Amino acid sequence: MRQRHTLLLSVVAFGYAFLYVPIISVMVYSFNDSRLVTLWGGFSLRWYRSLLQDEAILSSAWLSLQIAFVAATLATVMGTLVGLGLNRLGRFRGRTLLTGMITAPLVMPEIITGISLLFLFISLGEWIGWPASRGATTITIAHVTFSMAYVAVVVRSRLSGMDQALEEAAMDLGGRPLRVFFDITVPAIAPAMVSGWLLAFTLSLDDVVIASFVSGPGATTLPMLIFSKVRLGVTPDINALATVIILLVSVIVLVAAMLNRRQAAAE
Amino acid sequence: MSWLAPGGDRRTLWLRRALLPPYAWLLVFFLAPFLIILKISLADPLVALPPFTPLLDWAASGWQRIHATIDNYLFLFQDRYYGVIYLNSIKMAAISTVLCLLIGYPMAYFIARQPPGRRNVLLLAVILPFWISFLLRVYAWIGLLNTKGVINNLLLKSGLIEQPLVLIYNDFAVYLGIVYSYLPFMILPLYAILERMDRDLEEAAADLGARRWQVFRDVTLPLSVPGIVGGSLLVFIPAIGEFIIPALLGGSDTLMIGRALWDEFFINRDWPVASAVSVVLLLILVLPMMWFQKTQAGRAERRLV
Repeated sequence: MRQRHTLLLSVVAFGYAFLYVPIISVMVYSFNDSRLVTLWGGFSLRWYRSLLQDEAILSSAWLSLQIAFVAATLATVMGTLVGLGLNRLGRFRGRTLLTGMITAPLVMPEIITGISLLFLFISLGEWIGWPASRGATTITIAHVTFSMAYVAVVVRSRLSGMDQALEEAAMDLGGRPLRVFFDITVPAIAPAMVSGWLLAFTLSLDDVVIASFVSGPGATTLPMLIFSKVRLGVTPDINALATVIILLVSVIVLVAAMLNRRQAAAE
Repeated sequence: MSWLAPGGDRRTLWLRRALLPPYAWLLVFFLAPFLIILKISLADPLVALPPFTPLLDWAASGWQRIHATIDNYLFLFQDRYYGVIYLNSIKMAAISTVLCLLIGYPMAYFIARQPPGRRNVLLLAVILPFWISFLLRVYAWIGLLNTKGVINNLLLKSGLIEQPLVLIYNDFAVYLGIVYSYLPFMILPLYAILERMDRDLEEAAADLGARRWQVFRDVTLPLSVPGIVGGSLLVFIPAIGEFIIPALLGGSDTLMIGRALWDEFFINRDWPVASAVSVVLLLILVLPMMWFQKTQAGRAERRLV
């Protein structure tokens, strides 16, 4: 019995080490003075300085942030509506198709999404003249399409645990549907919408494969740039960039988790 | 009952109207692309090679010029290369799934059996890596696994090995990358099941004299099957078509369909064959995807946020 417990504990310890050793290693080596990434040459901030002077990285980061912001916002609006529709409208024609289209992106290989969307954009461009060229707009459309699925999942799970009595009461008292929606439903599902937005934002900021297909000349997102650099091996300035991103994301996730818990406690 | 019909009460009417934009969006940007890819997979390669201009002409001058051909599919079946790649992708995804299960199950079990406060912290520690860029986490392994990387340096210094080990640019590194990247997707559905499980059943079995491993084998394990299925599908399905991990950690002999598809598209520039490769990959994935939709595995995503 004791032995079994030790075995369990060691697997768990191994699992957590497995999850965190690579992340920590990147962060440590981002402060390495040596250009040889794996030899420790003393503490230095030189890679952070060179990162700040790298125009290509900075401009692609700005492009990625803009795309992620627009894509996450659109995905949150539409994903919320789909989640609401699937949860509140009983049976309706097209429900099965909608359920399929909103679930499939969760497990669709990115490479297929990328190729098929590129073909769509080329065909549309020829048929109706839009999009004339591919770039930030087509990447945004692609990101909205797959990330709204994640938003819908999050919103649906929140709605399914929600009491509808308040909404019904407001309607019975003569509240206009849109008013009831914005005054009662939206505040109630706001935490799910925020989670969904953050998820969509993160997914957009992280996408290499789909963007590589649907982007055009002149529109290089940050992940596309990172991917082309690291395909050739380790580069110290990417270590610095990774550290910045890891720290930013960790702070946001930890704050979100704390707020969530406080809210859960309040409820 | 149709959502376009004006029937129903006020409330559902506005919701039905509001559902139109996202519905149209998904039809145009999710469903239509698959119909196009299906159509191109049946196109004559001569029409679409080299890819850009002829495809544009071809779309402009109408679809009627295309005589559908199944040559692209025949090519896939006759060419042993693709058969091997499909099978190898399935094999690698399956082995990675089992490895994820072997590490993920004990972790999920352990977390679920902790007191609530510690449970949340441990769970957050599983979720956090998911939020950190997938690309950067895969990249992190390059520095660890390189011939002159961290692991080899440590082993060389400690005198355990005299020659650096070849840890990267081979199948081993790809397995490692997949297990590492997808481990949270295995743990979360398992945790969700194990946490909800009625502990009384385990206690009853123990009271009736079952040993601990018997309780686990006959009670806990069977009750956690939905979590095992959900987690496994969440790992297996995306792993088959994985591109970034074999591209960054795999060797030139690592056969995975995501990478072959990328090369067919960007290097060989044979779009009809690339389309046929995608369609066959989708057919392979249809069954596990439908299974995924049936199980409530999608709920696991909720745990991430």
